[in-house]
Amino acid sequence: MATNITLEVLRYRPEEESEPVYQSYEVPYQKDWVILDALNYIKDTLDGTLSYRWSCRMGVCGSCGMMVNGAPELTCASFLEKYLPGPVRVEPLVNFPVIRDLVIEMSDFMEKLKRVSPWIIREQEKPLSDGEYLQTPAELGDYEQFSMCINCMLCYAACPVYGLEPTFVGPAAIAIAQRYNLDNRDQGNKQRLEVLSEDNGIFECTLVGECSVVCPKDVDPAGAIQRYKVVAAATWWKSLLMPWGR
Amino acid sequence: MTQNPNYTKYHPKWYRKRMPIFWWVHKWTHAKFILRELTCLSVAFYALVLLFQIRALTQNQQAYTSFLELLKTPVSIVLHGIAFLFLLFHTVTWFNLAPKALALRLGKKRVPDQAIKALNYIAWIFLSSLIAWIMLTI
Repeated sequence: MATNITLEVLRYRPEEESEPVYQSYEVPYQKDWVILDALNYIKDTLDGTLSYRWSCRMGVCGSCGMMVNGAPELTCASFLEKYLPGPVRVEPLVNFPVIRDLVIEMSDFMEKLKRVSPWIIREQEKPLSDGEYLQTPAELGDYEQFSMCINCMLCYAACPVYGLEPTFVGPAAIAIAQRYNLDNRDQGNKQRLEVLSEDNGIFECTLVGECSVVCPKDVDPAGAIQRYKVVAAATWWKSLLMPWGR
Repeated sequence: MTQNPNYTKYHPKWYRKRMPIFWWVHKWTHAKFILRELTCLSVAFYALVLLFQIRALTQNQQAYTSFLELLKTPVSIVLHGIAFLFLLFHTVTWFNLAPKALALRLGKKRVPDQAIKALNYIAWIFLSSLIAWIMLTI
């Protein structure tokens, strides 16, 4: 039975080094520990200068995404046991600029998320006195899968297209756009389609499919994008064949 | 979004790693993806062979016979063998991805992914058999 496991953590301290370097830490192995527990152990007892993001410890907040042995993972959901006997490499999410150690810069994603208008758009709001917009379980089922996204950005780290073309809107933002498009209370399809059928939108995706593989919530962004492509193509043909239609 | 995605004003110290040209060699799923994309060359190869065959057919008997002779050369047979393998890979990988793009509904139930795949394969086998039958009997 292992008593210790080595973590090779990528450190980047911009005031000290121009290139990141690996630093090894030996942490006690515990069967019920996840990578995040090991990082917290390092921070608490070995090296207080290590920087990383985390919050909920239960796969909901989406802030502890990192590369573990080269694959994007939520570190609160990756057990040390899986990586025995080690060493385990922990690196910041790829495809994003690194601010410090394991902390990446995410404002690019935030801006893209905002661009797809991820809220319910109504052509005309009904008065408050008419009550709420009702929805059947089946109507909820249409988009529920896409509403599970926790914005952890693992899909962006897994997407080589985003790595090569940073202007690509990216998997999560498109899946979240679909979440609202498929919601029967929403009327913003046209508005979102305009944004997403641009050069940096859905057609940039070449269906590598890794986004859906790494997604910790089984959102399947790759599926959302491909289905969106079908809709966009159908809309284009419709506007070509019936230019008088809306 | 910033104008140049590789630079952000006032933040010269953010560390940015560029993707290496051979990013796809380290992982099988990435290599498989590149391989799948490259198989389109085989599709183009078959299309060109067909176009040249039609051109030879429109010229004269001798041109067509010499084109058929060209197809029988070992180089051509090896090339066709390779192209055929790539085409099979192309077809199978794309058919297996078809359910990603299609979310069909029958009444309230969603058609299962396996059924969408199966329909593609059945159509493929049917059309191939039809073409084989036409070629072998006529």
